[in-house]
Amino acid sequence: MDFIRNFPFFSIILSLFSGSVCSVLPSKAARWVNTFVIVTCAVLSGATLFYVLQTGESFVYMMGHFPAPWGNEIRAGVLEALMALFFCLIMLLSMLGGRKKVDEEILESKQNLFYILVNLMLTSLLALVYTNDLFTAYVFVEINTISACGLIMIRRIGRTFEAAVRYMIMSLVGSGMILFGLCMLYDLTGHLLMSNIQESVAKVMEVDAYHVPLLVTITLLVIGLAIKSALFPFHAWLPDAYGYSTISSAAILSSLVSKGYIFLLIKIIYRVIGYDVFRSTHIIDILFIFGLAGMIFGSTSAIKEQDIRRMAAFSSVAQIGYIYMGIGLGTQESMIASVFHIFAHSCAKALVFIGIIGLTDASGFNRHFSELTGAGFRNKVAGIGFIVASLSMVGVPVFAGFVSKLLFARAAVLNTGKLLPTMIVLAISTILNAIYFLKTGIRIYTPNNGSEYVSIPLKEEKTYGFAIILFVVINVCLGMNSQPIVDMIHDGLAMFA
Amino acid sequence: MSRKKSDEQYNKSFASRFFRWLGGEQDPYIGVVEMKPQKEPEGIVEAKSRHKNEIFRRIQSIYDIKHNKQYRKFDKLFNILSITFCIILVTVLIMAISYMPPVGSPDRPVNNEVSKRYIENGLQETGAVNIVGGMILDYRAFDTLGESHVLFIATITVLILLRRDAKRTDGKISDYYYEPKDDIILQKVTRFLVPVIVIFGIYVILNGHLGPGGGFSGGAVIGAGLILYQNAFGFHKTRRFFTAGTYKWVSFGALSFYCLAKSYSFFTGANHLESVIPKGTPGDILSSGLILPLNVAVGLVVACTMYAFYAMFRKGGF
Repeated sequence: MDFIRNFPFFSIILSLFSGSVCSVLPSKAARWVNTFVIVTCAVLSGATLFYVLQTGESFVYMMGHFPAPWGNEIRAGVLEALMALFFCLIMLLSMLGGRKKVDEEILESKQNLFYILVNLMLTSLLALVYTNDLFTAYVFVEINTISACGLIMIRRIGRTFEAAVRYMIMSLVGSGMILFGLCMLYDLTGHLLMSNIQESVAKVMEVDAYHVPLLVTITLLVIGLAIKSALFPFHAWLPDAYGYSTISSAAILSSLVSKGYIFLLIKIIYRVIGYDVFRSTHIIDILFIFGLAGMIFGSTSAIKEQDIRRMAAFSSVAQIGYIYMGIGLGTQESMIASVFHIFAHSCAKALVFIGIIGLTDASGFNRHFSELTGAGFRNKVAGIGFIVASLSMVGVPVFAGFVSKLLFARAAVLNTGKLLPTMIVLAISTILNAIYFLKTGIRIYTPNNGSEYVSIPLKEEKTYGFAIILFVVINVCLGMNSQPIVDMIHDGLAMFA
Repeated sequence: MSRKKSDEQYNKSFASRFFRWLGGEQDPYIGVVEMKPQKEPEGIVEAKSRHKNEIFRRIQSIYDIKHNKQYRKFDKLFNILSITFCIILVTVLIMAISYMPPVGSPDRPVNNEVSKRYIENGLQETGAVNIVGGMILDYRAFDTLGESHVLFIATITVLILLRRDAKRTDGKISDYYYEPKDDIILQKVTRFLVPVIVIFGIYVILNGHLGPGGGFSGGAVIGAGLILYQNAFGFHKTRRFFTAGTYKWVSFGALSFYCLAKSYSFFTGANHLESVIPKGTPGDILSSGLILPLNVAVGLVVACTMYAFYAMFRKGGF
């Protein structure tokens, strides 16, 4: 066996181990450990991606001395490795961009606890990406939920406590549903390993007796994951959680946590239930409708919002709607578009949050629109970052968001039944996106000579500027050079089946 | 009639004290137990009423049911919808369950080759007499590794929420100060019970691979013993052996041992290398490879977690 096959396992165990190491380190050292771990995991994932592209097939890795249905196992294909690499990169840049705010907003004595949370969050994301076993997935969903709660409330102000409680209640409802679904699935199939369940589900579908429980099981799993990733009617926890937590947490939560769950859902659809079985149920139509509703209502809520952070939070609801719409369209192309939108939205939304914090800092920590006039001149790099991210969100060519919208539209053409609603809502949603993002863009670039706020030069915030520039580079790379990524997603989805 | 003991000696003896107590002459609690009644801290009545008024005013202004018709409608609709939703969910789940394979029938899908191998080969493959122990710490050890980190991260979140790092500057004293302490009945009973509880916990942990038990249950027992001890003797006694540093280093040591030991076995397993850890004779106390030390590590983590939760909720520190 090639040594490189150990790399997914190394990245998971390294980030897990660094969690307990950080608990005995002072905050400064914990921060270095955290950065080191994220970089190492990115390198390991990149090497795995390279290896999988070379061999052209996925591989399974036995966790222990016992083969799969008895022991645990993880699996790495093109899509898994790509996703892991991307998650590590976004997490690294989010941490770099929010580093100064972490120092300001979190008690010195509790900063190392923050880095523990981030390390274990990385572990859970990597494990959710690589796992080939449903119960392992559930265990790491638990870690993900608890550390997300901690990430929200580590900035100790009243609103974050409320947001954390809200997040916890909604998220635990989701976890409970997933657990119910898992138990029933185990009862029906007798397996926890994804590939074995898929075989058994195909057998169960031939016998008529178990159709009802299987349908209920699929519904529970899908709705549970939809609640956790803030699909439209279940998004009540989202605005406060993203709007008031410290900025690194907000960026990580919006761009990685919800995407981890969506990736798990895609994995369950392909590798557990089977794509054809899933498409034959009507849950796919429900996801489609919820996705469309989210695209409209998320954007209208964002337009009404006067607080710039909450506006960005509501915009997430709309973007998650896009992803679920793609899943709901039910074609191979739409699934590729959804996965691409996961990438495009992750890097744009994290950049939006990181950009916003620079703008509000240059406006005396005010988040209200009226105070932000001319903020783009006072903090130049933050202004550039925000503008690039909003152009990507709206879907202007050159940036990543354009490619995903193009892919969505192309996929919709292939599904005649859902073509019209998709196209109409896509158009309306794009206009609504443009309204609130360009409104903010014009506001921050309106000269305000009478302003008493001091401007922040780039020299003072080198790490911050570095993070924003890298984000912009990633975004433009995704937008200009999308074909290789789309091909990789295509190969990765083919390896799922 | 002459006495063998002098009056002084007799007064000290157990019999004399007992008969005097029986006759009601002496109360053994006076001067021994802290008997002062709990006083409400000053100003609390005012603060309470202010707090109540504040909440009332807030509810009035936000949820003005009398004047805000929209809210009243929403309130009713919310109640009706949530009840309907719960009823529908329960009905659907019960219906789904009724279609499931019947419990206890031999041809259920659960009775397949997976459970068969656990039951038939579990003993020789893991060396653990307790099949469950072998399953969670050897066959599916990765899940358990994650599960013990769930406990760890739960404690971290509680520490973030409740640990008091700075000394209070507003002159207030925590609620813990007003609680009665040094209850002699509790102390006497605890003195008997705690050693038994802790020894039983240790037995459950060390016996995890031989019979029912293991790290999770044994750790919970030890944690309960620690909490009982703290209740009887107070934090200044527990602080002699359990401080924030103890918690930090014990959980770090246990988790990192767990992590490293399992990494070794995952690595050797996946690369088809021979593991140097001997299985031993099944049934011996030193057998079944890594399961015994892993049980100890899990037990330490669970006991620390239980006690840390309690200390955080009680006082905000150890």
